[in-house]
Amino acid sequence: MVELAHIEHRDYTGAKLGMWLFLFTEILLFSGMFLLYSIYRTVHTEDFHEAAGEMSVVLGAVNTVILLTSSMTMVLSISAIKRGERVRSMIYQAATVVFGAAFLVNKFFEWREHILRGFYPNSSELLAMSHGKILYFGLYYVMTGIHGVHVLIGAGLICLTFFQTRKGVVSASDYIKLENTGLFWHLVDVIWIYLFPLFYLIT
Amino acid sequence: MEQKPAQHLVPSKTFVLVWMALLALTALTITAAYLHLGALSMVVNLLIASTKAGLVLWFFMHLKYENRFFQALFLIPIATVTIIIGLTFFDIWYR
Repeated sequence: MVELAHIEHRDYTGAKLGMWLFLFTEILLFSGMFLLYSIYRTVHTEDFHEAAGEMSVVLGAVNTVILLTSSMTMVLSISAIKRGERVRSMIYQAATVVFGAAFLVNKFFEWREHILRGFYPNSSELLAMSHGKILYFGLYYVMTGIHGVHVLIGAGLICLTFFQTRKGVVSASDYIKLENTGLFWHLVDVIWIYLFPLFYLIT
Repeated sequence: MEQKPAQHLVPSKTFVLVWMALLALTALTITAAYLHLGALSMVVNLLIASTKAGLVLWFFMHLKYENRFFQALFLIPIATVTIIIGLTFFDIWYR
């Protein structure tokens, strides 16, 4: 007789479908902000171009390379676990978290410099500027801020899967948690792919 | 539904090549920004960004290896966003 209690019911397709539907809501969340950005940029084109001159293209480019590389290590960690290479998968996951942390450290220095120079929401320096520049910096802080929170959450989730991989909860026969975490991490990367040219490369 | 995930063992080389293509496109988009293409630069930037996003979605997010259902599903948010942005700009342009 089959012992039913020992049969674990897993719905791999359902779990992945749920993750994709969640990612769609994330796309719509950021699309609303991208829509605001494109409207205000159409109305205040000159101001946006001048305000973008305050951005460091080098820092933005470094962060782009960091995130793209982290996406590769993430996907390689999933490939590794599928092949049953547990330690290799853990190394790739740890590398992804380190890249995510490096991205946030860069972001910290970037924001710090802007805030020290007086460009922060409601600062007297910013309020004295033209309407378009105020809008640019408002969108800059909100969009990179919410994106940064997503990087933080993603890195936290990868820390979780790292320990789950160590304990064998994530394994060659059950890696959906790692795969869904990867999907989230890649979506965060996709959003940055659009943020970089729109905020740094429009001077 | 499936008890065990379908195995898609993609060679690591594929992902490294995609990563190199992404870095090359990043270099291209920065170069394009310094060429002062004027109004065209916005289009070029968005085209390159969308190519990069496509590469991430297709390879890193495994859409290439998913069944048609997942691939078709992704068209829903894209269509929604396109319609929303499109209709808004019809308003902005002809106001």
